[in-house]
Amino acid sequence: MKDEATYRRLFRTALLIRLVEERIIALYPSDRIQSPVHLSIGQEAVAVGVCDGLRPDDLVFATYRSHGFYIAKGGRLDAMFAELYGRTDGISGGKAGSMHLTAPQVGLMGSSAVVASTIPHAVGAALSFKRRGSDRIAVTVFGDGATEEGVYHESLNFAALMEVPVLFLCEDNGLAVHSHRPVRQAYRLAEHAAAFGIGSRRLEEGWDMLAVREATLQAAAKVRAGAPFVLEIATSRYKEHVGVGEDFHFGYRTSASVDAFKRRDPLIVDAALAKALEPELEREIDAAVAFAEASPAPGRPELLTDII
Amino acid sequence: MRKLDYAGAIREATTQEMERDPRVFVYGIGVPTWSSIFGTTKGLVEKFGPERCFDTPISEDAMTGFGLGAAIRGLRPIHVHIRVDFMILATNQLVNMVSNYIYSTGGRLKVPLVVRAVIGRGWGQGAQHSKSLFSNFTHIPGLKVIAPTTPSDVKGMLTAAIRDDNPVICFEHRWLYWAEEEVPEEAYEVPLGVGRILRPGRDVTVVGLSWMNVEARLAADILARRGVSVEIVDPRTLAPLDEGLILDSVRRTGRCIIADCDWVDSGFSAELSARIHEKCFGQLKAPVRRIGFAHTPCPTVRELENEFYPNARTIVHAVEDMLGLEAANLDGEDFFSHERRFRGPF
Repeated sequence: MKDEATYRRLFRTALLIRLVEERIIALYPSDRIQSPVHLSIGQEAVAVGVCDGLRPDDLVFATYRSHGFYIAKGGRLDAMFAELYGRTDGISGGKAGSMHLTAPQVGLMGSSAVVASTIPHAVGAALSFKRRGSDRIAVTVFGDGATEEGVYHESLNFAALMEVPVLFLCEDNGLAVHSHRPVRQAYRLAEHAAAFGIGSRRLEEGWDMLAVREATLQAAAKVRAGAPFVLEIATSRYKEHVGVGEDFHFGYRTSASVDAFKRRDPLIVDAALAKALEPELEREIDAAVAFAEASPAPGRPELLTDII
Repeated sequence: MRKLDYAGAIREATTQEMERDPRVFVYGIGVPTWSSIFGTTKGLVEKFGPERCFDTPISEDAMTGFGLGAAIRGLRPIHVHIRVDFMILATNQLVNMVSNYIYSTGGRLKVPLVVRAVIGRGWGQGAQHSKSLFSNFTHIPGLKVIAPTTPSDVKGMLTAAIRDDNPVICFEHRWLYWAEEEVPEEAYEVPLGVGRILRPGRDVTVVGLSWMNVEARLAADILARRGVSVEIVDPRTLAPLDEGLILDSVRRTGRCIIADCDWVDSGFSAELSARIHEKCFGQLKAPVRRIGFAHTPCPTVRELENEFYPNARTIVHAVEDMLGLEAANLDGEDFFSHERRFRGPF
C-alpha cells in the first residue's frame, strides 16, 4: 500500500531533477554552460529516495554526477544554474561548476571529479558527529567503479575500526565510464564489506523512489546507532558518461539494458502525474535560468579571493 | 629561560593547543606508540586519551581525506607522517582535494588541517626514507608550507599552524629534533609567512632551508675567521614566502647562495633564484648560486651519501668561489657528524 503523499513529494523532486537536466541539454549547444556535465537522468530515484530517507541535517559527500543530490538535498536552483553558468551568484561564484557542487548550508559538503576521493571525507565528518554525541550521519555517494579504488577499502576499514556513523552509498549503474563491471571487479561488494564486519544491502529496484527511501531509512537507523553500512542501489544511466547526448551508437552497450529500466521508470510510466506537475516545475526552472542569465561574470578580483 | 629541544618544542606546542582547544587532535601511523615520532607525540595519549591521539591503519590516502572531512566539520586535526616519502601516497587528497576545498566552495568551508612530515638524512636511509620534496607542495596553490629550523620557531610556527584555518604542511628535518635552545614556556605564535635573519652579515646572503641553516651557521663561523661576513636568511615559511626579507638581504650584500636540503633541479631553490634574478638583477654582483642534493636517488652507502648531501664545506667553498678567494684548508675544522648521535636502526 503506497503512501500517496510521500510518493507525490518524491516524484515531484525527481521530475524537477529530470527537467533541470533536460533544460541543461537544451541549453548546452548555446555554450552558456562552458564545462563538462555528467547527467543523472535515469538515476534520479536514488538521489531523491536517499535524501528523503535522511534527515535534513545529515551530510552528503558526492561525485561529479550530483545535480540530483544537490536538488534533492534542497540546494537553491537559481544558485545552481548560476554556478553552471559560471556567474558570481553561483553557489561558489563559478569556481566549482557542475563537477564540484557544494552547498554546506543544506548538507551537501562537497563533490569531486576524482573518483572515490570524497569517501574518506565522510568518515572524517562522521567522527565529528561521534565526538559531539550527535546522532547525525554522514553519507558518501559513489559509483560502483569507486569501490575499485584503494581508498574505498581504506575508508571501510577505518570506519569499522572507529565505529563512526557513515553510510556508504553505492549508485551502481554497472558502468565505469565505458567499462563494464566484469572486466573491473573480481570481488563482490557485500562480501568485501562483511570482511570488515560492515553490514550491507543491495536494492535492485533503483527506479522505485519509495523502495530507495525505505532502504535508506533502515540503513540510516543502523548507522545512527553507530554501525557503518553499505547500501548498494542498482540504477541506470540513460545518457552518455559526460555530455548531453546518448552513447548507444558507440556500441559498448545497447539501448535494451536501458529500455528495461525505462519501462519501470515512474517519471515515464506515470506520465499523467508528470504532465500535471510539469508547468509549475518549468516555471521554477525558467526563473532559475533567468537568474543565472542576469548574474554578472566574475573577473580578476574574484580569481584571487578565498586563496592564501 | 629553560632550554628545550626541537622535538620537545613540537610536543609542547601540541600539548598546549590540545589543552586550549578541545577540537585539536593528533593522529598518524605510530603516533601514540612508544616510538612517538622521535618523541614529538610522547605522552599525548596518556594526557588526552585515545580519542584525541590515535594510531591509524597504513592508509595515508584515506587518513588524509579523513582529516579533511573532520577539518571542514570544525575539528582541527594534526596528521603526522614519519617520512615525507610516505606522505606522497596521500598526494591525491593533498593536491586534488585539500588544497582547493576552500577555493572551490567559495570560502564557505575552512580546512584547519596540519600535516607534519619528517624529512632528512639518517643512517643509510636510502632512496625512500630521505626526501624533502618541498617544491612538490609549494607548487600547489592553497597549501601553506613551513620548514622551521630552530626549536623556538617550530613551537611558535606549529602553534600558528594549528590555529590557522588553511591547510599547513610542516616539514621537520629529523636531525633538528636534537637541537636545543631557550624556548618560552607559554604558548605563542610565530606568524606564518614571515622569514627570519638568523645571522646578520655584509658580504653574501645564504638562504638556508631547514637543516641547511645549521650547516650555514657553521660555514659562516669558518668564513668569519677569514674575514668574510655571511648573512643567513631562513625563510621558515616556504609558502607563502616572505620574499621581501630575502630580496632586501640580497640587495644589501649583492650576492646570494641558496642552500636547499632538497634536489636542485626544479626545486624550491629554482623558484627562489628566479625571483631574485627577476627582482634584483641590477643589484647582483654575481649570479645566484644553488646548493642541494646530487641529482640522483639517495644512495644508501655512507661514502656515496656523503657525496650526495651538501654540507658546511659545500657552502664555504661556494662562498669562496663567489668572492674569488682561494679555497681554505678545512682539515682542522670540526664539522657536524650525525654518527656521533645516531647509529640506527631508523
